[in-house]
Amino acid sequence: MIEFVLDARSGVSPYLQVVHQVRRALRLGLLVEGDQLPTVKDVVASLAINPNTVLKAYRELERDGLVAARPGVGTFVTKTLADSSLAAHEPLRRDLGRWLGKARAAGLDDESIEALFMSTFRAMNEEIA
Amino acid sequence: MSAIVRTEGVGKKYRRRWALQDCTLDIPEGRVCGLVGPNGAGKSTLLGLTVGLLSPTVGSIEVCGGQPAVSSAQLAKVGFVAQDTPTYAGLTVADHLRMGAHLNPRWDDAAARRRIDRLGLDLRRRAGQLSGGQRAQLALTLGLAKHPDLLVLDEPVASLDPLARREFLQVLMEAVAEEGVSVLLSSHLVSDLERVCDHLIVLVDSQVKVSGDVDELLDTHHRLSGPLREEQGLPSDQSVVWSSHTDRQSTYVVRTDSPILDPAWSVTPLGLEDLVLAYLTATPTPSSASASAGRGLEVLR
Amino acid sequence: MIWMSWRQARTQIVAVLALVGAACIWLAATGPALARLAHRNTYVYDLLSRNDRLLFNGGIAVLALAPAVLGIFWGGPLVARELETGTYRLAWNQSVTRRRWLAVKLGFAVAATVVAVGILTLAITWWAHPIDGALGSRHGGLPSRLSPIPFAMRGIVPIAYAVFALVLATLVGLVLRRSLPAMAVTLALYAFVQIAVPLWVRPHLVPSTSTTTVISAGTIDGLSMDDAGTITLSTRVAPGNWVLTDQTVDAHGRPAALPTWFNSCLPPPPGPGQARSQAGAVTSRGTLDRCLTRLDRAGYRQHVVYQPASHFWPLQWVETSLYLAGSALLCFLSFWWIRHRLA
Repeated sequence: MIEFVLDARSGVSPYLQVVHQVRRALRLGLLVEGDQLPTVKDVVASLAINPNTVLKAYRELERDGLVAARPGVGTFVTKTLADSSLAAHEPLRRDLGRWLGKARAAGLDDESIEALFMSTFRAMNEEIA
Repeated sequence: MSAIVRTEGVGKKYRRRWALQDCTLDIPEGRVCGLVGPNGAGKSTLLGLTVGLLSPTVGSIEVCGGQPAVSSAQLAKVGFVAQDTPTYAGLTVADHLRMGAHLNPRWDDAAARRRIDRLGLDLRRRAGQLSGGQRAQLALTLGLAKHPDLLVLDEPVASLDPLARREFLQVLMEAVAEEGVSVLLSSHLVSDLERVCDHLIVLVDSQVKVSGDVDELLDTHHRLSGPLREEQGLPSDQSVVWSSHTDRQSTYVVRTDSPILDPAWSVTPLGLEDLVLAYLTATPTPSSASASAGRGLEVLR
Repeated sequence: MIWMSWRQARTQIVAVLALVGAACIWLAATGPALARLAHRNTYVYDLLSRNDRLLFNGGIAVLALAPAVLGIFWGGPLVARELETGTYRLAWNQSVTRRRWLAVKLGFAVAATVVAVGILTLAITWWAHPIDGALGSRHGGLPSRLSPIPFAMRGIVPIAYAVFALVLATLVGLVLRRSLPAMAVTLALYAFVQIAVPLWVRPHLVPSTSTTTVISAGTIDGLSMDDAGTITLSTRVAPGNWVLTDQTVDAHGRPAALPTWFNSCLPPPPGPGQARSQAGAVTSRGTLDRCLTRLDRAGYRQHVVYQPASHFWPLQWVETSLYLAGSALLCFLSFWWIRHRLA
């Protein structure tokens, strides 16, 4: 059973943090198919957040097809993301590594690299949207 | 979804001062509703009206489908944890539970004792000897064990240390998850409200400034910053909540249902605390769009 | 709510019952001996020991104070304490309406007070009965039970006083919202009522008897002269009666002062060194008789208005009803106040 943490200062809404943490757990293989997610009551009792937040997160995960709610029993994982682990995308990883090397050579520091990536990422998302 | 609290033009006057004015609210059930505002804004007055400790000077209020405090059945539907969590200093914890059992028809004694047990409170200890956090937990237990439809809390964690505060909210949220009780709590700590509330009411100077679903509020409020521009220059569907100008730059917090299309503005995300602060510090400006001029202050619903 | 009222008042009730119990034990121990003493002697007052007299006065003091103390100390904080400590915000959120809450709390206090003061009054009345109004052979005596002060401590009126004090204190506490000021104000109001009633109200509760008597040596009890030289006569009254008015009236029935020539009827006060002889006493006595006869012929009479001893119980009942009616009114006001003014 995984445990959630909440970063109150991160600016990311609580329900999204829950969604991300479930996805990360799935990717890292901490959660596999058939595992039960913590009950709403338990999450709420440890994090002191609104139950609707947790319900919303679980509903979104369910919409994405990652989990399924069984009434009266709990919410269970239906699909693992471990397949889409880093190993499956090795070519992408290598490309990224090469690009990072080029950025360093151009004299960019960590923050500039991150800023460059984020602005391009956002701009691309906006184009799509 | 039916409303758990419905008020219509409610006002409360003490001698010469209006503690609450023109309050019209519709709080849906099944929510945790936060009431935020500076001290003296009228939070305790509004909460006192919902539990029937006060009666309105004007207007009407309906709680759980009935008039507050009018009958035993009505009182059973609403639980209340007052400010400073009052308890009988001379009575023991066990006495308090017994009082609850005798005086409340829906009292769940087993659940109450289980909770007290989990909290580690000694049944034979007098309430006056408990710490602030323990007293607050006792008051919360008393409020929850009577199985109300609505639990009202007046700044329950204001005087508690961080650990006690967290424990209090944990117990409260667990009860909401388990029993589906609606909650109305007031606080001037927005960070706590951010965690637990999904509905928000902002009260400033005895008037309701804004009230609504937290997600909806966050979606419809935006912070815009850009070159200096007068308020009149903004589109009519954007109502200004707060503004600040330097000689070159203007920053606005606006409320709008439509997207911000003007490329001159850079839109930055607005957290709940910033949103509340915008309403708390809003300077009275004549509204460009709204026809409710003559009042100076924007009253948004 | 009954359990809650009991739990909140537990210490008070236990303390009061303990004190009442102790008082009863003491009274029971000394009572029978006193009764035997009174039964055998007419002038039992002379035989009373200092202890007995102390107990008698002590009993009066206790019964004078008990209703007030009980009522004020219990009623004052009854509601006011909850208002000033803020616990009313817990109490009035339990599933009991405010009026029911007050009704049970107040009712419980009234019941307990009635029992405690009732027992106390009964015990002291029983104990003092043989010696009430007891006379000494030469001088002195204990006041009869009809006279104002003991009347308030016999029979059933103390119970009504206690209930009145309790309800008054509760109402004042409700209005002022603070225990200590409520107790002080109630004390003042209660004291005023306790002085006003025997003075202005009690004499008229039951119709009094009035008689006109001839002034003679047999009917006059004594003379007194004040600093101004005015002489007043006092009629001999049967023991146990409560005299309301005792004045000289002239032939037309109007209250009048004694004629000036009467002053010479009195024997001169003994001068320094002058011994009073038997003869001198007889002479002065004879002069007095002649003066009294002269008064009689001149039409002077003594007009006395009094409550006979037999009116003791009627007066008790009427005064009790009066106080209980007042209590009921105050109760009603309390319920109105808590519902309409405390919101």
